[in-house]
Amino acid sequence: MGAAVVVLRSELQTRFDVPFEVRSRPDRIQLTTGIPAIDRLTSGGIPRGTLTEICGMESTGRTALVFALLGQATRRGECCAWIDAEGSFDPASALEAGVALDRVLWVNCGGNAQHALQATDLLIQAGGFGLVVLDLADTPDIAARRISLASWFRLRHAAERTGAALVAVERQIHARSCSALQIEMRRKKPLWIGKLLRGVLAQAESRKHYKSQLAEFSAVR
Amino acid sequence: MFACIHAPGNLPLAVECARGFSPYIEENPPDTAIFDVRGLESLYGPPESLAREIERRVGVPASIAIASNPDAAMHAALGLRGVTVMAQGREAEVLAPLAVNLLRASPETAELLHLWGIRTFGEFAALPSLGVAARLGEEGVHLQRLAHGDGYRQLRPIIDPLEFEDEMELEHPVELIEPLMFVLGRLLNEVCGRLGARSLATNEIRVRLTLENAPEHTADLRLPVPMLDSKAFLKMLQLELSGTPPVAPVLKVHMRAEPVKPRRTQHGLFLPASPEPEKLELTVARLRHLVGDERVGSPELMDTHRPDTFSMRAFAPHAAQASVCESHVVESSPRLCLRRFRPPRYAQVIVVNHQPVRVVSSSVSGRVVMAKGPWRASGEWWRGDAWNRDEWDVALESGALYRLFQEVDGGRWFVEGSYD
Repeated sequence: MGAAVVVLRSELQTRFDVPFEVRSRPDRIQLTTGIPAIDRLTSGGIPRGTLTEICGMESTGRTALVFALLGQATRRGECCAWIDAEGSFDPASALEAGVALDRVLWVNCGGNAQHALQATDLLIQAGGFGLVVLDLADTPDIAARRISLASWFRLRHAAERTGAALVAVERQIHARSCSALQIEMRRKKPLWIGKLLRGVLAQAESRKHYKSQLAEFSAVR
Repeated sequence: MFACIHAPGNLPLAVECARGFSPYIEENPPDTAIFDVRGLESLYGPPESLAREIERRVGVPASIAIASNPDAAMHAALGLRGVTVMAQGREAEVLAPLAVNLLRASPETAELLHLWGIRTFGEFAALPSLGVAARLGEEGVHLQRLAHGDGYRQLRPIIDPLEFEDEMELEHPVELIEPLMFVLGRLLNEVCGRLGARSLATNEIRVRLTLENAPEHTADLRLPVPMLDSKAFLKMLQLELSGTPPVAPVLKVHMRAEPVKPRRTQHGLFLPASPEPEKLELTVARLRHLVGDERVGSPELMDTHRPDTFSMRAFAPHAAQASVCESHVVESSPRLCLRRFRPPRYAQVIVVNHQPVRVVSSSVSGRVVMAKGPWRASGEWWRGDAWNRDEWDVALESGALYRLFQEVDGGRWFVEGSYD
């Protein structure tokens, strides 16, 4: 029986070699966020060459976390891309968060999630970008759910090939098994000081570890 | 070594033939071209073989001479028919029988030489140099050296105007973009080939399309870095023409490329990778085609306090590369960011005791559990588009934080964005 399988496999391998190759997982280089709590949670930062999902509802610190990541990457001189499905990117907030805007390519898709997906594919395939952010945070769930798993897999595969860190910001997890790391953001409480909104205390949970881990950080103005 | 082609009445042909051998060509009107053939031995063998190859390529009756200096080659080609090859040091011997009027002396000197009975190069070269200098001066000394075959001047090569353009008239009007791409591809290959032959690149390509019964259509490609990739240009032109297609069938295509020096960069070993400029340009062109011209680029904040004011610049990471890159991690507390609604969403807000207590809009609705404000923001009152508004930071019962503002003049409420 075993010999028959070997013969069959060798015959098929001459025609379809891909299914029989064992692909070793590459050593992941990580892109630090500069937020100690998140770096501890993710064992060093956001992995390069794969897909990471950051999800959560409004005011949970998703954008603060990704801007921190973007700030670290652009300060190192890396080229980054922000594919903005709904056109909600605020350059003034990004600058305050330490992002070097001249190293960020902003693609405003004006509410078209399909265009955002195509633009991400084009940018990832072009190579040379250290961080590519696909911002679906304000995209309605119905539109975001229409993105097929095959599309997510294609993006992840392209990120593996080019070594870019691909980060998707969403309201819910959509890529499921295609993402190497999932961080779910939750808001603990807003921080008010007198007549001012000071910030928000956010909680992050890593969803792809064997044991769920939590981290807290505050995003302040 | 220098070669000379003397083709009576066929100077353009002689120059064109010379271009096949050397880029350094001197035109001597009315019918002589001299060019530098140093270093061609490895391609064509000894000078005799080279001379035969030149004769074969000229294709019309012409005299060809090869000598160690441009003047000797020119005089031999003017005075001797067929192919003449002069070994170095034997120029005087070969040139001796030539008529002295080939030296193109001034009328006074020519008359004196005639009166002295000097008829050939050999007779002039045999005169004592000191005597010639005393009687004919500097011109005489120069002419005697030429008669002796001693050239010492440099070639004065033709400098072509650097214009890289091409055009093609079409036999039948072309209506579709796809067949037009074949024509553009051919023109691009030719123009890029010419640029490449001169070690040049281009950062601007202008295409003019003459249309049937319609004004001329133009398509311009402006690139932040010089490039010479005809396939990338073709794709960019295709995207440009697909976005704004010509309104009538195309009769004629004219293309012009602006020549510039190619980009040469030395990448640092420890610098992070960046996109290849050629690939990046093509990608940005595709993105523009996908989402629109104004929606792709690097944002740059304007020097104003007006909310959400910025301009979109072309993404040029290579220009930004010069700034210092920090290799170490900078730990910083994350900033609460605003996610803008563009345009701000009109909202109906219930106000009790000067405090908003409920917000209703197309996407944001709920009871307000905390509201801080108002913060007056206004500016540019001297202009027609002044802004004047009261801003509020509110928390809804869902826990989400929003920025609202109320126009001071109109009293209308808007949701500007959410804090995240």
